[in-house]
Amino acid sequence: MTNAIAVQSQDSMRLRARSYMAFVLTPSRPTSAWLAQLDKWSENSPNFFASRPIILDLAGAAVGGSEIASLITDLTARGIRIMALEGVNAIQLSPSLPPVLKRGRSNGGDMTGAADGANITGPQRHQEPSTLIEGPIRSGQSIVFPNGDVTVLGSVSPGAEIVAGGSIHIYGALCGRAMAGSAGNRRARIFCSKNEAELVSVDGYYCTAEHMDANLRNRSTQCWLEDRVLSIAALDIFGGR
Amino acid sequence: MAKVLVVTSGKGGVGKTTSTAALGAALAQAGQKVAVIDFDVGLRNLDLVMGAERRVVFDLINVVQGMAKLSQALIRDKRLETLWLLPASQTRDKDALTEIGVAGVIKELRKTFDWIICDSPAGIERGATLAMRFADAAVIVTNPEVSSVRDSDRIIGLLDSKTEKAEKGEQIEKHMLITRYDPQRAKRGEMLNIEDVLDILSTPLLGIIPESQEVLRASNLGSPVTLCNAASAPARAYLDAARRLRGGVVPMNIHGERKRLFGKLFRRAA
Repeated sequence: MTNAIAVQSQDSMRLRARSYMAFVLTPSRPTSAWLAQLDKWSENSPNFFASRPIILDLAGAAVGGSEIASLITDLTARGIRIMALEGVNAIQLSPSLPPVLKRGRSNGGDMTGAADGANITGPQRHQEPSTLIEGPIRSGQSIVFPNGDVTVLGSVSPGAEIVAGGSIHIYGALCGRAMAGSAGNRRARIFCSKNEAELVSVDGYYCTAEHMDANLRNRSTQCWLEDRVLSIAALDIFGGR
Repeated sequence: MAKVLVVTSGKGGVGKTTSTAALGAALAQAGQKVAVIDFDVGLRNLDLVMGAERRVVFDLINVVQGMAKLSQALIRDKRLETLWLLPASQTRDKDALTEIGVAGVIKELRKTFDWIICDSPAGIERGATLAMRFADAAVIVTNPEVSSVRDSDRIIGLLDSKTEKAEKGEQIEKHMLITRYDPQRAKRGEMLNIEDVLDILSTPLLGIIPESQEVLRASNLGSPVTLCNAASAPARAYLDAARRLRGGVVPMNIHGERKRLFGKLFRRAA
């Protein structure tokens, strides 16, 4: 017997597969100690997990069905919503628990090291590495792209903001805010062809307009993180302005 | 004892933000510790009028949502030691404000400030009702024209029903501030005069701010008008209003620009 769904002609229902990126939490035994470690870590970034899809990898924890349920309750109480499990045998689980995923791929680099204790990695396979925005970003608009780089062909107005997991490239004037490496990528950079920024930040280290060198205003610049200090310099690749 | 003041109007463009900045600065100039809060989430302007837009890192929404501490979001004025600004967020909308969150922010500010001035957004929706929610007193900004007066009347109704004080059965203290007043035009009947406005709204008058180019000049310079040019007619009117807010008795003068001789000659020639 097959599992094919018989669907009639005109209004055929199509099922499509899509890949998404999610953070993975890997609890260890004893779970109480692991939870305490998690609490300590989230003191510094309280809303890190809010409204993010989280997967629980239980391969290293070897916990049973009831323990899984209580662990999920504990995490829910901390505002962490578990969308799926990994590393457990689906047959052991009661149907009320989240579904089990397999063959997730780690994206390694970026997210690890963002936390001590909580090993956060993201499986990313079909993710887009960058996004392109043609035209200006107006005051009040917020572009959030946690998966990678953001490229803007227009200008970023005062009161607009870009939040990128990777680097930010702006071919117009940057007059609003640009926040690169938002999920803990210290190698992210911000490039703009005219720096009038209200605020720039890489991995949480920021600089406001007030503290920017006046010589760096109104010209092409790049910002990057060097030894936990945000550096801003003119882009003098061709020797001139 | 801290006092929470909401600057509101219903109608847009009547001078709420200008008045918030000017009154806040005037009170701070008198040595009071003042926090001004921009409640216009999504259309923030108070930071520009106060000249602090280059120093905004965190905002009211960040504090309400617990992502930043109040002390991180408050910006101290560069000219007045006792004047602080809590800016609004430009990239969120007013639904991000919660009553519990706002209550927490106001409660914490009450501990350290003499005056907490809430700059309300226009309209009667969530942003405006939350700005007035915890107020002890209200400054209703009105232009001497019929649509503005009608909107103010509507706002007074809300102040008497939707604020925490009103719900407890107490009276919220109300003050009328008439802005953009032009005595010449009122005399010619092109503008409502003060008596008409007070008749309709039957609320005590806090001050009459004359129409002046100084107001526009000050906001373009990012400076409250009472700081930018304290001798100008609108600045003197705001300074008088601030004195009345503190309980002082000040005669109600309509301040005019002090015209010099060449000004009169110039006008005659033109």
